[in-house]
Amino acid sequence: MWKIANPTVFMGLAGRILPWLAGVTLVLFAIGIYGSVIAPDDYQQGATVKIMFIHVPFAWLGMAGWMVMSASAIGVLVWRHPLAEVAMKAAAPIGATFTLLCLVTGSLWGQPMWGTWWVWDARLTSVLVLFLMYLALLALWHSVEDPGRAAKICAVLVLVGAVNIPIIKFSVEWWYTLHQGESVFRMGGSTIDASMLWPLLVMALAFTGLFFTLHLMAMRAEILRRRIRTMRLMAAAGVATTMAPAMPAEA
Amino acid sequence: MSALLVRELRLAVRAGGGAPVGVVFFLAVVTVVPFGVGPDLNLLARIGPAILWLGALLATLLGLDRLFQADLDDGSLDLIHLGPVPLELAVAVKALAHWIATGLPLVVAAPLLGLFVNLPASGIGAVTLTLLVGTPALTFLGTIGAALTVALRRGGLLLSILILPLAIPVLIFGVAAANAAIAGPMPFLPPFLLLCAMTLFSIVLGTVASAWALRFGLE
Repeated sequence: MWKIANPTVFMGLAGRILPWLAGVTLVLFAIGIYGSVIAPDDYQQGATVKIMFIHVPFAWLGMAGWMVMSASAIGVLVWRHPLAEVAMKAAAPIGATFTLLCLVTGSLWGQPMWGTWWVWDARLTSVLVLFLMYLALLALWHSVEDPGRAAKICAVLVLVGAVNIPIIKFSVEWWYTLHQGESVFRMGGSTIDASMLWPLLVMALAFTGLFFTLHLMAMRAEILRRRIRTMRLMAAAGVATTMAPAMPAEA
Repeated sequence: MSALLVRELRLAVRAGGGAPVGVVFFLAVVTVVPFGVGPDLNLLARIGPAILWLGALLATLLGLDRLFQADLDDGSLDLIHLGPVPLELAVAVKALAHWIATGLPLVVAAPLLGLFVNLPASGIGAVTLTLLVGTPALTFLGTIGAALTVALRRGGLLLSILILPLAIPVLIFGVAAANAAIAGPMPFLPPFLLLCAMTLFSIVLGTVASAWALRFGLE
C-alpha cells in the first residue's frame, strides 16, 4: 500500500491500469445503453422514463465525488501525503460536473412529468446546495497559491461539508415532498421492475467506471503539473534542472 | 482566557465596525425589503420571520472576515497559537466574544424590527427566541470560513460563499420554528429543538474545524 503511494510508482501503475479501466467502462456502457434501449417504457411516464438511466447515476456520483474527496481529505490531514492532495483536487471538478449534470437532467425530466423546471423541493434543493459547495471549494482552491497549503485548507472544508451528504441522502425520507422516495436500495428489495433495474445498475457501474477513469487521468495530469511547477521553481532559483523524471512530486 | 475575552470585547466596542454597524446593517436590510416586495402589511407579517432571519444571517457574515485577520496582521494570532491555551479553546473564546459583540445586539434589536414588519406579539417573541438560539450557530459556522480565508487578501466575499451553504439548515429550522409559533398548525417545539441541537453541534464543529484550518493556514 505504501509503495503504491509513492507518486512515481503510482504514475506507472495508473498508466498500466487506465487502458483496462477505460475498456471495461466502454463495455459496461455498451451493455447499459443496449439495456436502456430495450427496457420497456413506463406505463405512466412513457419513454421519458429513460432519462432515469443517466439521471440516477449522475446523482449517485455527484455525492460519491464528495465522499472520495472526504476520504482523501482524511489522508491529507492525517498522513499528510501529497498523493491524497492530488486525489482530492482531481475529484472536485469531476464531482461538480456530475452534480450539475444531475440537476440539468433532473430539470429536463421534471418539465414533462411535474410540469415545472424547478421546485424548491428538499431533494432538489439539497443537491443544489451540494453544487454550491463544490463551487465554493473550487473558488477556495484557486485563491490559495501554494498547492500544499491549499490542499490542507480545502481538506478542512471538505470534511465540514461532508456533514451535508447524509442530509441529501435522507432528504426524500425526512421531508416527503415532490421528489419520489428511495426505490432502488431499500429495505425489502427494490420497487423497480427487473427489466428496468438491471440496465440502471449497469449504467451506474459504467458511470462509476467513467468517474474513476477520469479521476486517474486527472490525478496523473495534476502530478505532472506539480512536477512542472517544481522544475520551474528550481529553474527560477538557479538550480540546474537536470533532474530525472522520477523526481517525486513534492511541491 | 477571560483576559482574551475582555480584550476581544474591548476591541469590538472601541475599534468601531463592531456591534453598532452590524445592527445598522440589520436595520438597513429589513428596511429595504418593504421597498422590494411592496408595503402590504399582511404579506410582510407572513414573510417577517424570514426577513429577520436573512437580515441576521447577512449581518453576522458581515463582520466575520476580520475575526482572525486583524490578529494575523499584528502578530497576536501567532502568540495565541504558541501560547499555553489550546487553539480550540482560544477560537471558542474569540467566537463567543464575536457573538456577544455582534450577534447579541441583533437579538436585542429583533423585537423592534419585528414591529416594522407587522409581526404579532407572539411572533416577535418566537423570532427573538429562535434568533437567540440560532445566531451562535451562524457565528460558529462563520468562524470556520474566517479561519479558512484568514491568509487571503480578499477573503470576505469568499467567506460568504463558503458559509452560506452550511448555514442553510440553520436558516430553515429557525424560520420554521418562528412560523410554527405564529401560524401553526405545526408545533413549535420540534424545529426549535432541532435548532438547539444544530447550535450545539456547530459550536463543536466550528471550534475544531477552525482550529485545524488556522494551524494549516499559519504553517
